[in-house]
Amino acid sequence: MKTIVYQKSKGLTDAQLSYCPGCTHGIVHKLVSEALVELDVLDKAVGIASVGCSVLSYNFFNCDMVQAAHGRACAVATGIKRARPEAIVFSYQGDGDLASIGIAETIHAANRGENLTVIFINNAIYGMTGGQMAPTTLLGQKTTTSPLGRDSKLHGLPIRIAEIFSEIPRAVFVERVSVHNPRAVRNAKKAILKAFRNQIEARGFSLVEVLSTCPVNWGMTPVEALRWVEQEMMAYYPVKTFRDGDADEKA
Amino acid sequence: MKKILMKGNEAIARAAILGGLDAFFGYPITPQNEIPEYLSKHLPKMGKVFVQAESETAAINMVYGAAAAGARTMTTSSSPGIALMQEGISYLCGSELPCVLVNVMRGGPGLGGIQPSQADYYQITRGGGNGDYRVLSFAPENLQETVDLMKEAFDIADFYRNPVMIAVDGLIGQMMETVDLHREKPKRELPDKDWAACGSGKKRLVNSLYLDPAELERHNFRLFEKYRMMEENEQRYELVKMEEAEFAIVAYGTMARIARSALELLEEAGVKTGLIKPISLWPFPKKAFSELPASLKGLLVAELSLGQMLDDVKIANEGRLPIAFFGRTGGMLPEPEEIAEAVLKMKAEASQ
Amino acid sequence: MARGKLYFKHEDCKGCALCVEFCPQKILALDKENINPKGYNLIKVLEPERCIACAFCAIMCPDSVITVERVPA
Repeated sequence: MKTIVYQKSKGLTDAQLSYCPGCTHGIVHKLVSEALVELDVLDKAVGIASVGCSVLSYNFFNCDMVQAAHGRACAVATGIKRARPEAIVFSYQGDGDLASIGIAETIHAANRGENLTVIFINNAIYGMTGGQMAPTTLLGQKTTTSPLGRDSKLHGLPIRIAEIFSEIPRAVFVERVSVHNPRAVRNAKKAILKAFRNQIEARGFSLVEVLSTCPVNWGMTPVEALRWVEQEMMAYYPVKTFRDGDADEKA
Repeated sequence: MKKILMKGNEAIARAAILGGLDAFFGYPITPQNEIPEYLSKHLPKMGKVFVQAESETAAINMVYGAAAAGARTMTTSSSPGIALMQEGISYLCGSELPCVLVNVMRGGPGLGGIQPSQADYYQITRGGGNGDYRVLSFAPENLQETVDLMKEAFDIADFYRNPVMIAVDGLIGQMMETVDLHREKPKRELPDKDWAACGSGKKRLVNSLYLDPAELERHNFRLFEKYRMMEENEQRYELVKMEEAEFAIVAYGTMARIARSALELLEEAGVKTGLIKPISLWPFPKKAFSELPASLKGLLVAELSLGQMLDDVKIANEGRLPIAFFGRTGGMLPEPEEIAEAVLKMKAEASQ
Repeated sequence: MARGKLYFKHEDCKGCALCVEFCPQKILALDKENINPKGYNLIKVLEPERCIACAFCAIMCPDSVITVERVPA
């Protein structure tokens, strides 16, 4: 009998991913799918495809999918979860969708303690629209709308989502992870599993921020992009657990 | 059946529950606040969902989610709040999701005022969102009509898999009147929600994105087939004292109610005047204009705005009759005498 | 030492070479002679017998191209 140690997850459809070569969306898609399968909730899952490169995730996740207006994924997820509490609802959002236009919906979903799982992909840029500056773009980072590099006087400082959410009592689990090498990918999977387990055990709002790459818009090879995550992004966005434990009701 | 005295907004909330409301998402805005207040008290007790969102934009997207999951869902707001919901409404139509929207209209533009208005007619019937879409919208005149339409609205939404709007104004929302909450509503054969993304395990998709233009066009043609059916079957209106009428007032909602008093004043003045009262705003009741009495010499369009339904009346009239307009706006309500005078002025000008 | 066997779904490969970078045995390489229907260079295994079935290549592959089988030594 063959012992397969690694194969494509059943949580993914047969469709070929539309992402650019080396884009880590693909890795995170695998981790989400593997988590849904391992926790045996794939059939009960409803994913929210936000607007960005990963909007096409509704072709890739092998469960019910709902496409949400840009920035509104957490509101849509709230509507679904409140109406169908037995469904396992997750939103998959980029930094434009969550940290820019959708930050209010995301913060308030956390503040209400919605029993949801949010997968937040931070690649410091707008990918689908062709490389514009995002709230998470690093200082000095050149993009199509910060051609001379992000300047704090003009564009403020990159926004730290995990830190912000760690201040919200009903956000029971907030962790920032990366996928820049196999060990980091394993840790990222642990965090994603926990974020889904929290929902299964109805413990409240979980958010996993995943430092990710955008090789094409960064103008780097996929390998260089992973190194840039490790050297530049992780210096500004520390990878660690920010909150893990029951929300202190009184706080 | 037994009638009880209720406030408009609370009657709307009660009727929504009787209509099968599962999940409500709203946001505070005058003059509709009693609706979420009432529902926040009653829905949780029934194990139903009530959420006060952080904005109208969030609220309409929560409605989108609950509708996508197959629940009977609704939001209520007022003019500027409904403006914030326009993108969400376009998404709801594009994804063919049923829901009920209640707009308790107030004066505009901008922050405007909090008194009654009908100045959202364009926004309701032409849509403030993007793309070719239509929202089935009804404008009741009094609390009984409002209650009956509210109870039926969820069935109509489910039947067509499309949002349905009930458009009232601040006066109807705030006034008190006796209503019979238990009048029979028409039966409708409702399709099963085998499309609902509720964790079905059947890889269902609720979506309005079609990157392939040919596919998006086919999608639009399918939507338009539905809208054509709505135009065919959902035109609703009431004709009052139209037989042998010399003039007719075209007015809906609160303006129609005031116009009824103007009819009596005009009768005393020897000018036989009728009322054409649209109940459906979209589809506009063109049928009401194809069977007008030969005696008719002119139409007076009366609105709580500076003329928006006026366009649709002109289109339906096809140049047959002279049309005049009477409007008050900003929250001002006319006296019946003002409307009567406008008709008398038309008559005077017609006889020159 | 465990031994591994790799299977590639070449039509899904985008030649991003993350697998090449993270293989601890350094036995993977972009095959400059062969391309898949999308025009991407395929991956080839230079020394199949030195694969230790660690699956780092498959873990890092964004497109689930690689299946890893552990075979008896």
